[in-house]
Amino acid sequence: MTDQITHREMPTGTEGSEAGPPVVPREGFFAMWRRLQLGLWLAPLGILALVGVLYMYYQNLDLANAVRQTRSALQWETKLWPQMLQHVQIAFVATVVVVIVAVPLGIILTRPAFRRVGPYVVAVANSGQALPAYGLLVLFGAAMGMNRTAAMWAFVVYALLPVLRNTMVGLDQVDRSVIEAGRGMGMTRMLVLTRIELPLAVPVILAGVRVAMVLNIGMATLAFLIGGGALGVTIYSGIELNQNSVLIVGAVLVAIVALTFDWLGAVAERYLRPRGI
Amino acid sequence: MSSEAKIRLDRVEKKYHGTSVPAVEELSLDVHEGEILVLVGPSGCGKSTTLRLINRMIEPTGGKIYLDDEDVTTVDPDKLRRRIGYVIQQIGLFPHQTIAQNIATVPRMLKWDKARIAARADELLHLAGLDPEIYRDRYPKELSGGQAQRVGVARALGADPEIMLMDEPFGAIDPITRERLQNEFLRLQAELKKTIVFVTHDIDEAIKMGDRIAILGERSVIRQLDTPERILAFPVDQFVDDFIGAGSTIKGLNFEQLSGLRLGGYPTIRSDQSPQAGLEALNESNKTWLLVVDEQNRPMRWMREGDLQQSTGSYQDEGSEVRIRLNAEDTLFDSLEQMLQSESGSCCVVDRHGALTGVVEMAHLRRAIRRAQVEARRHYEDLEDNA
Repeated sequence: MTDQITHREMPTGTEGSEAGPPVVPREGFFAMWRRLQLGLWLAPLGILALVGVLYMYYQNLDLANAVRQTRSALQWETKLWPQMLQHVQIAFVATVVVVIVAVPLGIILTRPAFRRVGPYVVAVANSGQALPAYGLLVLFGAAMGMNRTAAMWAFVVYALLPVLRNTMVGLDQVDRSVIEAGRGMGMTRMLVLTRIELPLAVPVILAGVRVAMVLNIGMATLAFLIGGGALGVTIYSGIELNQNSVLIVGAVLVAIVALTFDWLGAVAERYLRPRGI
Repeated sequence: MSSEAKIRLDRVEKKYHGTSVPAVEELSLDVHEGEILVLVGPSGCGKSTTLRLINRMIEPTGGKIYLDDEDVTTVDPDKLRRRIGYVIQQIGLFPHQTIAQNIATVPRMLKWDKARIAARADELLHLAGLDPEIYRDRYPKELSGGQAQRVGVARALGADPEIMLMDEPFGAIDPITRERLQNEFLRLQAELKKTIVFVTHDIDEAIKMGDRIAILGERSVIRQLDTPERILAFPVDQFVDDFIGAGSTIKGLNFEQLSGLRLGGYPTIRSDQSPQAGLEALNESNKTWLLVVDEQNRPMRWMREGDLQQSTGSYQDEGSEVRIRLNAEDTLFDSLEQMLQSESGSCCVVDRHGALTGVVEMAHLRRAIRRAQVEARRHYEDLEDNA
């Protein structure tokens, strides 16, 4: 290895060879782990394992001899499955709305003309998260009626901040010299935004979206408080009925949904990241 | 005004809000077609600002900018910039685009067709000394600093602009690579003949790169604008003198070739002549050394009076060997370097066949320096008289 370095011929011509042959260090275990993204592909196995455990637990419950309420609460076709769909729907729609609102807002707030108001808007978005989630829900429920839509909007406000902040940070961290070079070559501000700034900010923005998604799945558990349904209903029943089995099934289902979407986020981050960075 | 001015700045001014002193004060400047004009000055003098006024990355608050006698002070700045190559010190390659895509930035905006863009990218990579097969599809992070800067220059040349603006392009590169890039760039420029405005804070780089140099003081006021030779020979004031620093005379020697010197006679004998003839020749001149040349008039040995007196006439291993021969194209700087190393304090100049054409001595250099200084001073006196 040292031979390679010390006896390297001095490049003489215009060959642009000053980089020389890359010296490849022996790859450690963690480096290999990172390179192959093993975490990314082992996570589904973990999630599947969790599903399996829950399935076995559910099968072994002696529902026939349980109290009526418990039996009713744990019905798959009429309770658990529809609730799970509601859960995903609330979280997903809320996240999509968050992205639709927060990304353009973040873009506008990083433009020179609006840069000065950025901190104030972030402060407002911050208060959305600082408010107790319960209070926020009730506020929206009171204003918009006790239904799922109201819950969704409450979660939009709640999850706005991570996407907004990450959009702004992602755009701000783009190397000024790259933008300067683009502008200097005659790219319009719009071209610089769409061809340079946004692609380079994608990883950071996606990280924010992933956080919002997971946040919303957690929050959707509370949607039942204003009549929004979702898996919170089952968990709450478990507490009310003092039936641990109901509680556990509800909570583990929420965990499975959350982990699945977090994994989807990770996959998106991995494959939507522009090459070269 | 002269129509040869490719870029003309007419009392261009930049004043920032809330400051009483302008950053650039009423600057008028002509850049001729095909020349490298270097803007050089201490940090904070506004040289980068001045450069960025030309492509209106910074909008001037007063004055006019002309390209080819066309007033571009109010045209669409984005369209203007597509006509002007722009290279900055940090390079600013787009990390998420391949080298070829980076180079294609301006052609793409000008809506060239795909085949033409691809061909142009390959051509420019060749020009930059990078093999397209290897580098076309790589990403900027895989390049070394020197390679990245080459790509930066190639990208600026993308749509073959007539004008290039370069803001300390080699500033962040190690000295050895920088030297190489400078030389490559000068070779390229000899071919391409672009009109270039080049900013640097390094006077040596300015001297090397510039056809003309503008030395800027505070608020981008031009203290002296001239060829490097004349600036070195005749700094107009203390500011310029301080800025070019010590050794300006020696640096000036770089600009004159030995062919420009009038070398007087020098005592020589041919190797078939006797030492006695040599002694006579030596006495006739007032020199201390004599040259022995062979039948083709090629210098062989340096001889002193004492050497000649003891000589057997064969001249083998007598006196000292002539080790260094310069050509007419070598500079006075080269000859000074050799003279300082040689025992005789002088240096042989030979033609293509190795035949002696003259001997350079310190007195020649002194005379050349004095002549350059006198010429430069006279030039400035003439300018004053005409003004």
